[in-house]
Amino acid sequence: MANQEHIVASFDRDLEGIQATIMKMGGLVEHSIAQAARALEARDTDLAAAVRAGDRAIDALQEQANEQAVRILALRQPTATDLRTILSVFRVSANLERIGDYAKNIAKRSSVISQARPISGTASGLKRMGRAVELMLKDALDAYIQRDAALAADVRERDQEVDQMYSTLFREYLTFMMEDPRTITTCMHLHFMAKNVERMGDHVTSICEQVIYLVTGELPDEDRPKQDRTPYEQGGG
Amino acid sequence: MNDLQVTDPTVQTRALKISARQVDVFYGDTHAIRKVDVDIADKTVTAFIGPSGCGKSTFLRCLNRMNDTIDTARVAGKIRLDGEDIYDPRVDPVQLRARVGIVFQKPNPFPKSIYDNVAYGPRIHGLARDKAALGGIVEKSLRRAALWDEVKDRLGAPGTSLSGGQQQRLCIARAVATSPEVLLMDEPCSALDPIATAQVEELIDELRRRYSVVIVTHSMQQAARVSQNTAVFHLGELVEFGETGQIFTNPNDPRTENYITGRIG
Repeated sequence: MANQEHIVASFDRDLEGIQATIMKMGGLVEHSIAQAARALEARDTDLAAAVRAGDRAIDALQEQANEQAVRILALRQPTATDLRTILSVFRVSANLERIGDYAKNIAKRSSVISQARPISGTASGLKRMGRAVELMLKDALDAYIQRDAALAADVRERDQEVDQMYSTLFREYLTFMMEDPRTITTCMHLHFMAKNVERMGDHVTSICEQVIYLVTGELPDEDRPKQDRTPYEQGGG
Repeated sequence: MNDLQVTDPTVQTRALKISARQVDVFYGDTHAIRKVDVDIADKTVTAFIGPSGCGKSTFLRCLNRMNDTIDTARVAGKIRLDGEDIYDPRVDPVQLRARVGIVFQKPNPFPKSIYDNVAYGPRIHGLARDKAALGGIVEKSLRRAALWDEVKDRLGAPGTSLSGGQQQRLCIARAVATSPEVLLMDEPCSALDPIATAQVEELIDELRRRYSVVIVTHSMQQAARVSQNTAVFHLGELVEFGETGQIFTNPNDPRTENYITGRIG
């Protein structure tokens, strides 16, 4: 792994600039997840609206990161680690943008739910799951900036816990809906939110895989064990 | 990683053309090349890259015994062309150089006509029975060097009257006129403008259908563009040798990484 400086110092400055854009984007996305979860818990529609508005800044940063990356490709013809760094910018920024979209969607649904009758005990599981993904994202971004493949591999494993939480919530919502059909609208929204968080975990996993590729030059090949059993659930019971 | 090669794979063969084992080169007391092992495949472009003074040109010159002309130079180890030791005392270096041609950094046409530049090698090696056969060789060589259409109407003009890029292609025509099996190129484009460089690079890709080409270049992008295999030299050692796509995306040795990414090696 080359950690020496380039002979042409402006190349290093370009690379640092583009990494800074990614980290800034990552910070905004982390914030979005936390705020969306809080808006849901506190039934705070203003906060939810702020999360939705904040997504524009994330999208703008993605565009900026991609423009910087295209420029470096054209002007500096990066190779080896430098090339993989630039490729990772495209992938990681796309992952972050998607995670931001899911946070936005959660905020949107939380505004709807806030208008309905609360169902006791439904918010905490989702909040815990959101927190787990937020921490995974934080560690994934740390692994990215520190080029730490071991940490990335560790975070990648942690996605299984998120999948398990999702399976649990899936069953929980199913139970609520069967017991009281008046909860169906809210539980359907909650379920979509849980699914959104679960998808966030998958995007964090993808970021971790990019870190591993960036550091080692190879994508991890073995399939991740899947803990989400919901595609096979029969319902009822 | 084999799929990285986007150039026509059908002309690539895995056949071994030159095999170098434990090659050392000394210039007097200076140990210029240390224990280099390299396999040059047939009908393949192999690039030698590395910082100035790393020994890549020195090693290239071992492959057709150009170092014989330097009194203080001493070569140890084995270099085999089709399994035959080229440093065997029974091997005539002049005959060897007809089989292993070389093109230099600066175009160096003889102060003769375009025709005579190309006809020189076939004449001294007695490759043509008569004038018509010689003319055929000249035309074929100039066509292979992608120069024929530009010079066919003025074969009697001095070689030095051509542009730099044309002169370099003339030198390539001269090198291929003796029907070599291997073509060595020592920074063939460093004195050329980008268009002439592109023409020579296109020519190199054509040439590898018939010859094994070994190119020394300071331009890493050129090595990446034209070669299938790349050898990286540093301080007289062979640091890494592998498929070009692998070398430029995921090199194994940190010295390769530092060199190709423009860090201090």
